[in-house]
Amino acid sequence: MIYREAGQFKTTYAADQAIFPILQDRVLVTLGLVAAFLLPPLLASEYWLQAVLIPFMIYALAALGLNLLTGYAGQLSLGTGGFMAVGAYAAYKIATSFPGLNILLVFALAGLVSAGVGLLFGIPSLRIKGFYLAVATLAAQFFLIWLFNKVAWFVNYAPSGTITAPPRTVFGVMVTGPLATAPVRYVVVLGVAVLLALVAKNLVRGRVGRSWMAIRDRDIAAEIIGIRPLPTKLLAFAISSFYCGVAGAEFVFLYLGSAETTAFDITLSFLVLFMVIIGGLGSILGSFLGAAFIVLVPIFLTNAPHLLHLSLPVALQKQIELMVFGALIIFFLIVEPHGLARLWQISKEKLRLWPFPH
Amino acid sequence: MIDLLAALVAPFREIAGAPTFFVEVLLGGIFAGLLYSLVALGFVLIFKASGVFNFAQGVMVLFAALTLVGLMERGAPVMLALVLTMAVMVALAFAIEKLVLRPLVNQEYIILFMATIGLNFFLEGFGEMVWGANVKRLDVGIPDRSFMLKGVQINQLELTAAITAAVLVTVLAVFFQRTRIGRALRAVADDHEAALSIGIPLKTIWVVVWSVSGLVALVAGVMWGAKSGVQFSLSLIALKALPVLILGGFTSVPGAIAGGLIIGVGEKVAEVYWGPLVGGAIENWFAYVLALGFLLIRPQGLFGEKIIERV
Amino acid sequence: MTATAGSAPLLQVDDISVRFGALLALNRVSLSVPRGEIAAIIGPNGAGKTTLLNCISGFYQPSEGRIAFAGRDRTRLSPPDVAALGIARTFQNVALFRGMSVLDNIMTGRILKMRGNFLLDALWWGPARRQELAHRAFVERIIDFLEIQAIRKSPAGLLPYGLQKRVELARALAAEPQLLLLDEPMAGMNVEEKEDMCRFILDVNSEFGTTIALIEHDMGVVMDICDHVVVLDYGRKIADGTPEHVRKDQAVLDAYLGVAHHD
Repeated sequence: MIYREAGQFKTTYAADQAIFPILQDRVLVTLGLVAAFLLPPLLASEYWLQAVLIPFMIYALAALGLNLLTGYAGQLSLGTGGFMAVGAYAAYKIATSFPGLNILLVFALAGLVSAGVGLLFGIPSLRIKGFYLAVATLAAQFFLIWLFNKVAWFVNYAPSGTITAPPRTVFGVMVTGPLATAPVRYVVVLGVAVLLALVAKNLVRGRVGRSWMAIRDRDIAAEIIGIRPLPTKLLAFAISSFYCGVAGAEFVFLYLGSAETTAFDITLSFLVLFMVIIGGLGSILGSFLGAAFIVLVPIFLTNAPHLLHLSLPVALQKQIELMVFGALIIFFLIVEPHGLARLWQISKEKLRLWPFPH
Repeated sequence: MIDLLAALVAPFREIAGAPTFFVEVLLGGIFAGLLYSLVALGFVLIFKASGVFNFAQGVMVLFAALTLVGLMERGAPVMLALVLTMAVMVALAFAIEKLVLRPLVNQEYIILFMATIGLNFFLEGFGEMVWGANVKRLDVGIPDRSFMLKGVQINQLELTAAITAAVLVTVLAVFFQRTRIGRALRAVADDHEAALSIGIPLKTIWVVVWSVSGLVALVAGVMWGAKSGVQFSLSLIALKALPVLILGGFTSVPGAIAGGLIIGVGEKVAEVYWGPLVGGAIENWFAYVLALGFLLIRPQGLFGEKIIERV
Repeated sequence: MTATAGSAPLLQVDDISVRFGALLALNRVSLSVPRGEIAAIIGPNGAGKTTLLNCISGFYQPSEGRIAFAGRDRTRLSPPDVAALGIARTFQNVALFRGMSVLDNIMTGRILKMRGNFLLDALWWGPARRQELAHRAFVERIIDFLEIQAIRKSPAGLLPYGLQKRVELARALAAEPQLLLLDEPMAGMNVEEKEDMCRFILDVNSEFGTTIALIEHDMGVVMDICDHVVVLDYGRKIADGTPEHVRKDQAVLDAYLGVAHHD
């Protein structure tokens, strides 16, 4: 009853093509954004910010990147970890080589570097499709990690092989480094995520998104209609890698503080792929839902035994986590292959009719 | 520039200068290659019969090896342990068919592939939970000793393993090409619904195939485990099998063998002779880059069927 | 509906042959379609009709022969280049983009008319936004024309077959083509749907001046709406002329139509 669209007529195509055509949605999203920007920095504990909200935003950004490539453009990629690593190491080199540069600009530049690398590894996608392309992206993943391990220039010749985020300020507020507080870092990752999500939404609802989905659904028919596959796919790789690169830079600068290449290994690629699958391929919202899910499940598993008055050894917990992940993936694929986003959509449909059954 | 060329050429001279060592490197490569072939074979079997790319194959290798070692640690003699492990793998095949494959029978293959990724993680956690996470020694009664043959050092364990693998692979190749069941399996791979509609018992076939695949995984697990201990890096072999499949084609049994050997030998030789030039660990990515190179020239792999697209 | 005298045919196919390994799918087929005409390509299954369309689309490269469009040779062009020349088509097994809505499918048909700068697209601002809305307005006219307003937001994969075919036609029309190739546009439709489709095809030809070449099995449709019929059998052309002429041609009767009726 509350969620009815009755009385909301759209008189222009512009109104029809708005991101949130229903008034109730616009209101809710605006309120939600305001709440997201204000409440956690003021109210949330350090633990919640550091262990949940900040990684959630960063993973969501990476998942968004992967979703654009795999969900919208249909190009399966197992190289997400590698592209995130490119962003992280590029950001490190740029930040340390140009200390006066605004850190947000550093992130953007790191994203561009990552986009370039993504473009390069996307070139095979013209000849190679499906699983075969996944192998090409694996080549990227393993090669890039090896490169960052071997070439000491990337870590500024540090003997430990780790990169550490140098302290940087924005408008006088400490954003990176040991003195940067969690609320500040949270606001930055939130802002970046919201901005880039908006950009992603604009891309997918227009010409670019349609050409990606056309290639994904029927690449031959798409070609016959006039869509050129190589530029379309390369654009997908580039933009996707940009997002993953920025996420990777944030990963080190705004979350971990310092990292080695192991932080970006194949496990990360799979983790982000899970977020996209569970959240929903081909859905912007799904990327966020999937990331939230993957971040929350371990938290839940860590805390549930306490709540149930059981105490489990750490190793066992990790194993159960793996099993639960695996089982959930299979479960989701059986029940709703289109992920949480589709479940959300179905709930909204039901809500439109509520309290009537149909 | 000349230095660079000289550096690239030097390994060839090294090879020529110490031929027996080169043969040993080759043998090492062949052993690893056979292992890859076995794992790839498991993939090929399942892919041929059900069109599913079983990402969990590597973990099945690990799981088989873990079960075997676990049983032997609890006092079972080798033969009994082998039989019991086989039974466990068959039971696993049944469970996978019932819980994962059947509910997803009409979905696109990419969905099935992702389900096998989920399966991979599940089995990894499960295996670790049941059998423990530390490295285990696997002793199947074959001594890990070397003997000399014409100046080349050959390891008895590796030789036995290689022969077993070769025999297994030949048997399977013949099975698929010549027998009626083999043909039925190929029909199933093409189109599940069509196969069902002409009376091929899909369920049974899937259980058979996944069991055979489990057996192959067991042999691979034993081979690898006996050589380097049973540990979790075993599941990463699955990823290595991908380049093998690229080279050999996803549906060709001889292709899996050829691909495995090429990758195994190529990797070893590259690592030993060219690795030091760039600081080593080329093995991590060499196979993938090699596969990538092949794909660019021949998108369907060495032995794969050319994909004809119709509109 | 008749071609203007003195102009070069819009589509000229000369002696093309297509081989798949040992199979000769098309054997020295020639045809010419004048501007503004509705032409039909008919023949038994396997005659090579879709293969011919695929050649014209650029999807197959003929091993011999020449295809000219608007007077210029375009034998070796790739499919996107062919589309850019103004040739659009529908497919035998409906090739809609199943993951997109009907509206998005048709908007995708318009892709060649969209000058793109992805950066502006990303901001949904200024020229990108205006362009998107202008194209939307054009696509809505096609939606009105084909009477599919009610399903514009439905996912294309969920539509009944007849409607999918209509959406495919809309998508082809969105490109404002000079030549429209239709591969069995009426397959699987009932009488009313066929009548609607015929009406649409005739309207497209008369209102927009689009030249149309269609593959069709329903002889009633062919007789009613086509100016010119080409008959293929086993990869060779066995007849070429007006519908009345072709209907009585003995070779066609033997190969395809069966015993002649006395009427």
